Parts: sequence; structure tokens; C-alpha cells
Amino acid sequence: MAIWFARSRNLVSSLRQNLGWSAILIKRDNSPRPVVFTTSTAFFGPVGSHRHESTAVEKQPDFVQQRDEEDALELDFPGGKVGYTSEMKFIPESPSRRIPCYRVLDENGRIIPDSDFIPVSEKVAVKMYEQMATLQVMDHIFYEAQRQGRISFYLTSVGEEAINIASAAALSPDDVVLPQYREPGVLLWRGFTLEEFANQCFGNKADYGKGRQMPIHYGSNRHNYFTVSSPIATQLPQAAGVGYSLKMEKKNACAVTFMGDGGTSEGDFHAGLNFAAVMEAPVVFICRNNGWAISTHISEQFRSDGIVVKGQAYGIRSIRVDGNDALAVYSAVRSAREMAVKEQRPVLIEAMTYRVGHHSTSDDSTKYRAADEIQYWKMSRNPVNRFRKWVEDNGWWSEEDESKLRSNTRKQLLQAIQAAEKWDKQPLTELFNDVYDVKPKNLEDQEVGLKALIEKQPQDYPPGFHV
Amino acid sequence: MAALLGRFGRKLVSPGSSHGARRVSTTVCESETVKSLNLYSAINQALRIALETDPRSYVFGEDVGFGGVFRCTTGLAERFGKNRVFNTPLCEQGIVGFGIGLAAMGNRAIVEIQFADYIYPAFDQIVNEAAKFRYRSGNQFNCGGLTIRAPYGAVGHGGHYHSQSPEAFFCHVPGIKVVIPRSPQEAKGLLLSCIRDPNPVVFFEPKWLYRQAVEEVPEHDYMIPLSEAEVIREGNDITLVGWGAQLTIMEQACLDAEKEGISCELIDLKTLLPWDKETVEASVKKTGRLLISHEAPVTGGFGAEISATILERCFLKLEAPVSRVCGLDTPFPLVFEPFYMPTKNKILDAIKSTVNY
Repeated sequence: MAIWFARSRNLVSSLRQNLGWSAILIKRDNSPRPVVFTTSTAFFGPVGSHRHESTAVEKQPDFVQQRDEEDALELDFPGGKVGYTSEMKFIPESPSRRIPCYRVLDENGRIIPDSDFIPVSEKVAVKMYEQMATLQVMDHIFYEAQRQGRISFYLTSVGEEAINIASAAALSPDDVVLPQYREPGVLLWRGFTLEEFANQCFGNKADYGKGRQMPIHYGSNRHNYFTVSSPIATQLPQAAGVGYSLKMEKKNACAVTFMGDGGTSEGDFHAGLNFAAVMEAPVVFICRNNGWAISTHISEQFRSDGIVVKGQAYGIRSIRVDGNDALAVYSAVRSAREMAVKEQRPVLIEAMTYRVGHHSTSDDSTKYRAADEIQYWKMSRNPVNRFRKWVEDNGWWSEEDESKLRSNTRKQLLQAIQAAEKWDKQPLTELFNDVYDVKPKNLEDQEVGLKALIEKQPQDYPPGFHV
Repeated sequence: MAALLGRFGRKLVSPGSSHGARRVSTTVCESETVKSLNLYSAINQALRIALETDPRSYVFGEDVGFGGVFRCTTGLAERFGKNRVFNTPLCEQGIVGFGIGLAAMGNRAIVEIQFADYIYPAFDQIVNEAAKFRYRSGNQFNCGGLTIRAPYGAVGHGGHYHSQSPEAFFCHVPGIKVVIPRSPQEAKGLLLSCIRDPNPVVFFEPKWLYRQAVEEVPEHDYMIPLSEAEVIREGNDITLVGWGAQLTIMEQACLDAEKEGISCELIDLKTLLPWDKETVEASVKKTGRLLISHEAPVTGGFGAEISATILERCFLKLEAPVSRVCGLDTPFPLVFEPFYMPTKNKILDAIKSTVNY
């Protein structure tokens, strides 16, 4: 066999020299098959940036490289060399085994033996737990405030506390966060106060957003947390641009952006991942796969093995993680962040979880899913309880700490809400500011017109907006 | 001469340069050098100056690297590097979204959409994100550094998808600016203003003029103010308002009308959003008649906004209804383009019926 190949190689090389652009490929069965080759393109090396290499068609046609192994033949196409096979085989629609889910803590809050994970100190662990519990209390109280008619709208992150807090803990404060809307825990971790949350929900004079958006549309430039907007997934290509800016400025920081399972169906998901990959931008994409997009279960959202498998389609390194395991989330996000910054590349994390709450206060999820399914996840798969067990087992937390935290936080929140309610409303002029950097003439005219109308018919307008 | 004659027999000299008093709003010093440039070269110069004067500015879009399908970005990648001037994947929502992210971090993102006909996938990013970025954040964030450039308008053979004038869609969006230059000299100054304006701007370039319009363009860095319309031809009997390539046609109509004793005042709006109502109002109060012309279909076109506003402000001064000479309410057709377009003679007819109302 080796001899045959040696002979045929000589034959092929002499043919190569004589025939110009084509060559006759001799296979083991000795049936010559004429093969036409495309002209060569630049070969992309295994390391380093490929972005600026030329794919110009100037070089002489390259020929099939024949190797000793059968079918280890390659062809040149734009995009590099690709192996060649005569077996017609379709890649299956799904991997034979679902991509496994990385976890560190079992359901009882015990570290699984031989887990890879990045240890967290007592200080960090306790802060993480406290914040997860605070987020729970905050969600509960604001939700109730909406039910009482004190705020117009709210949406909770119940069930996703580990994703919220552990991801935030794994980032640096300089990392720029572009949220979807179910990640207030990231802002909480960074130091946004309960009063600041309340002010935005009430849209009062102290709201940094100046009362322009619905509750939960938080934003804080001080905390590197871009303002939430309702449209789904629009933040994803923006994150690629943010990451590119950080890359160009050579900052030790990356963009971190969140989306839900539903968001991955949007065109902006495709746009965001593709751009981040092509531009080699340091972006961590975190998908909270919580099983539901309002009433649409993931079985109606995509046919792939979740979201993690989509990363490779864009040339993006990806991982699936147990989103209800705070330690696993912490390790995965921390590692992804380091990769993104050191290697200047995007990384995709699919965090598996469950949306325990309704989509929002405008939703009643018992209309489309079983009450006992919700109950199961709330009680038996609760990420806060799970992490609490681990923290307690380490001797870092007690029942006393727990009740103190819960009652203090509750008190603080009620005070924050009462205070927020009492705050003045935004002055009317804020209706017209910030549409542009400077108010244009048409808005000046409209402001004058509106003031005159208010004076004429004050009963048409809600009170308290200082003119 | 033959080279200058475009379709429909019109002569393509920059409007406003041949007849009548012209109020020049550019700051062109006598001592500065000028160079004869076409539109794409003038835009190329503006982009080069923008990249030179702000190291945190970027130019990108489909095929921008080799110079662009209309050559507006020729030489920029070589000069400023592929990290600052680069091709993007074929995805308008990605291009604009990426640009918003860059701009939000304080950079100038000068984005190219290959044809205005393809801007719609980016409409969500433009309307829901860019336009509202500052307002919704309470001015904590903004994407003012974003400028979106797109070739628009009829080209003689473009059909449905290489001829559109989508400006009206964008004029309905508070928070962005919409600017359309009429000539190479205007384009350079306006584009530099757009790039440096702290608001997201959509800049439509009349593709018909890329090669056809040639003008002396000052070589230095200059800016033409936004939201200031210009009276490019003074007259007393009727006010004509237009923008972009259509002004060339309108000016021909004005010349023909003059031969019949009708004195036309021609205004280049330049910025459609926010637009300079005062200049148009003052003119119509003088002439008592208004005619608006644009290539985009008449229904819901920007002419309707101008008409309604002027009616509100000048009703008692009007001698005749406001006239709109615009494209038909059809998709932009190929073989029927000469019938679809608001031609010189359609405008001339409308001038005469308005004056004789």
C-alpha cells in the first residue's frame, strides 16, 4: 500500500507539472476522476487574528494535497482548506447527547467531588447570599406594591437570583453591562440602593431616568449598567460595539450582556454574536434559559439543543451551566470574562434555570402552565436555598443572620417605597429635555403651547408636575 | 458638455450656483484652496477629516474597506488602518446596533448602509434604540456619536431597490436628525456637522450626484450648520422647497418659469428633522405660494408635513393651495421611471397653475 502510494504520488506530481490547472486524482480503485480546483486563497493560521488577511485571488491554483491516509484530502475554498469526503453524510440535527450542564453544588448545597470551580472567600460568599436574599425580598415587596396600585408595573427575577448575583460577583466593576430586563441583581450587586430602585419605579424627581420609562427600566452610568429598554435583544449587537470600544481603548474590561431564551430567536441575537465574533470583541453573552418567554415554552421557541449549541455556529466558545447553582455560575462567568479580556473574543454562556414568577405583573402564568410545576421549582429547585445550605455548612451563616437580614431588608424597602412615594414628581420641563442634546425650536414651541393649555384647563392634567 | 447632461436632458451644474443672489452660509475664506470634486470625493474628504480630527472615530459598513460600492471610502482603510475603517458582515441591524454600542462609549461611529433601500432591518435599532437612547436614560447615556450614511434616490435604472427615498419614515422619529445635501460642497460641510453633532443623524446622499455633480469644494475642514434652510435662489411669486438631487430639477423649472415671467424663490431645506420652519414661513409670507417637490411617493411624504405647517402659519397669506410635485404612490418602477418621477415639466406646470390659481 505504501509502495503504491509512493508511486502514485510521483505520478500525481508529474501530472501536476504538466497539466496546469487540473490534475487527475487516482484513487485506490484506480478509476481516474478529473477534478477541477478553485484558485487558492490565503490559509488561515491556527492562531492569531484572521480578520485582516487577504482572500485575494492572485496566487497560482493550489492542488489537492495527497496524503497517506485515505480520504484525508483537502480542497481550497475561500475560507481555508476543508477536508474532502466521498461519503454523503448529513450532520444530525441534534448531537447524540445533549450538551451537559456544568454544576458544582448538588441540590443539597454540597460541592460535588472533583468539581472544577473557582473558590469564593467567606466575604464574597456571604455577600452573594445576602444579595440573593435581598433580591428576593425586593421582588416580593415591589410586586406587592404594584398589586396595591402604588406602582404601575413590575417584573420579578424569582428563581434567577443565582444568575443575577453570581454573574455580577464574577465581573469587575469596569465591565460594561447591557441587560435585557430581568437582571436587576447585577445592579444591586454593584451598589444601586433600594431607594434608587424605588425612585425609578415611582418615576419621581430623584429617578435618574427622569420618569420617562416604565418601572424596572433601570440604568446607571455610575455603575456601568446601560438603561434597560423593552425591545428584546436590541442590546446584543450594541454589546459587540461596546466590546470593540473597550478593545480599541485597551481596557481591562469586557462587555457583558444578558438575554432570555426568547431573545435568542430575534435577529439581533444573530447579529450580535456574529459581529462580536468577526470583530473579535471581548463580550460575554449570558442567556438566561428559564424555559418561558411569557407563555411560550422553549419547545415553541427553537428546535436546537438549547442555546449553547448556537455558539459554535458563530465561532464562539460556549458553555452550558446550571443557572441555579451560584458557584457554577460564578466560575463560568469569571472564566468567560477572563477569556474574553485576555483573548479578545466573545464567549457564550447558557444558564439553565426556571422563571418561577409570572412574566410580569401583567401576566398570570397559571393560565398556561401547571401550578405544581411552578411550585416544584420554587420549593425544590430554589437557587437561594441551595446556596444558603452551602454557606451555612461552611459556618458562615446562621438562622439568626437570616431573620435579621430578611426583616431589615423588608423594613428598608418599605421605607424606601414610602419615601419614593412622597418625593416630588419630575418637573414638566423634563418631558421636553434630552430628546436631543439641546432642545430644538419645535419642542420649545410645544412646551410653550402646553404650558398655556395647562393654565387654561388644569383639571385635564395630573397634579404635582411643577411647571 | 455632453457628459454634464444627465437623464431627461437636465444640465447638472450645482443648484444655486448659476443664477440669482445666493446667500452663502458656508464659511469659505477667499484664501483657502478649493478643488474640483464630485460628490463621492467630497464625502471621502469629509470622512478623512473626521477620522483625522478624532482618533476615536470609526467608519464601517458593507464593502467599506476597499472603498465602497460608490467609492466614498476610498483610501481610508489604507490611511487609518483596518481597525478604524472596516467591512462588516452583511447585516444592517448589526451594523447600526454595533454603531450604537460604539457611540454609547463616546466614539464617533460613522456607519454606511449600502443603499437606503436596505436600511429597514436597522429601523428598530434606529427608532427604538438610537433615537431614544439619551431620553430614556435621563441623559446618563447617549449615542450622539452615531452617523448613518446611505445613498438614496433615483439613478435612472435602479428600480424598486436601488432608488428609494425613505426620508419620511425617519422624519417621524423624535430624537434623530435627518440631513440631505444637494451638492458636493454642501455634502462635505453638512456631513462634518452631522458627524460632530451630539445626536444620532441619518444622512442620505443623492446617489445620482455621486459622479454627476462636480463643484469647487474647499479643501479645509468646514461645517455647514444643521436645521438651517438656505434660499438658493430669490424670487417673489412662488416659493419652492426641496432637498437633495431634486433641487437640480427644480432649479431648471425655475429658469424656465422665469422665461415666462414667473419669479421663483428656491429653498434647500438641507435638514428635514428638525426642519427650519422659520425660513420657509418667511419666504411664503413674501410670495404667498408654496410648491414642494420630492422623489418619494406623495402620500405621507415629507411634503405633507411642510404643507400642513405652512398652512397653519401662513393661511391668510396664501394665494393658492400648497402644491406637491412628487413621486407616484407606487413602488419605484424600472421602465416606468420617467413617468414616476417629479420632472422639470411637471414642476413647471404646477408652478404655472399655482400662480394662475
